[in-house]
Amino acid sequence: MDIANSLINVALLAMLFVVAVAIIRMRNLFAIVMLAGAYSLISATWFVVLDAVDVAFTEAAVGAGISTALMLGAMLLTSRTAKDERALLGVVPFLVCLLTGAVLIYATIDLPALGDAASPANSHVGAQYLDQAQADIGVPNVVTAVLASYRGFDTLGETAVVFAAGVAVVLLLGFGERSLSDKSAKGAGGKERK
Amino acid sequence: MTTHHVILRVVSKLLMPVIVVYAFYVQFHGDYGPGGGFQAGVILAVSVILYALVFGVPDALHAVPARFAGSLAAIGLLLYAGVGVWAMLNGGNYLDYDSLVEEPAGGHAGQHLGILLIELGVLFTVSGSMLTIFYAFAGRVAEIRDEDW
Repeated sequence: MDIANSLINVALLAMLFVVAVAIIRMRNLFAIVMLAGAYSLISATWFVVLDAVDVAFTEAAVGAGISTALMLGAMLLTSRTAKDERALLGVVPFLVCLLTGAVLIYATIDLPALGDAASPANSHVGAQYLDQAQADIGVPNVVTAVLASYRGFDTLGETAVVFAAGVAVVLLLGFGERSLSDKSAKGAGGKERK
Repeated sequence: MTTHHVILRVVSKLLMPVIVVYAFYVQFHGDYGPGGGFQAGVILAVSVILYALVFGVPDALHAVPARFAGSLAAIGLLLYAGVGVWAMLNGGNYLDYDSLVEEPAGGHAGQHLGILLIELGVLFTVSGSMLTIFYAFAGRVAEIRDEDW
């Protein structure tokens, strides 16, 4: 069982790596957007393997779904291929990347093992939530209880961030006289629906 | 765009209601399984975006106007914040759902009501904002031609 699990993990991470390398090497933006969606989908699968279904669901819906659609929308406004960069191997950037990677790998040695009951995430407030959620909130899905009730302030902040993103885009692009959307909205009623 | 792609149009027409129903399933089943306002809002927005991609942005704007999407986002955030104020008016702390409903100790009606309302707020804000962002980008291109892909 453990070996099968590790094999699945390794296979999924290898796929992520391959997709990431492909994204870096490609110049066709359409293919890159599609591969980014595939990357999100593989990540979501990996989250399911890690038993984080809520995170996986969000990753699949947001990362693979709406991000891809929004990227395609943004791509319509620009060219279809990225500028051709000549691949030159700088020594300093290469060393910086290597060093950062080595530091990150060194840091993982101190991380608690996956599913370790004594890890900080599982022992302090997390354990309390799991114990108390049924009595306090009465919602079967503990993730919802934490998100919506215990951490209601955080979720309010996240909702405000999403709203702020919408407002920022509208201020920059939409609802002005340069936006086609209002004109075509008026035009659609008369022109297309005769 | 709107004159050909018969298969795309027929299939997406068939899928659209299913996607919307699935979004509401994700929304209201969030208490019992994975899901909630964020995911449901995104799926709901995707159903309209799919419509816009297949039938053209003007038709989508006719069905769901940009102003409506923007207002929906604002209403959602107001609903969420309003639940907090409502709890304060009932004598509790901000976003303390227990004070929303008068009930004996240990009851969960207040929590259920509060979570239902704030998840609805999240649904409105996420779907409205996502749709607004999509309109802002896609609305600047009059028509998406096939050779653009």
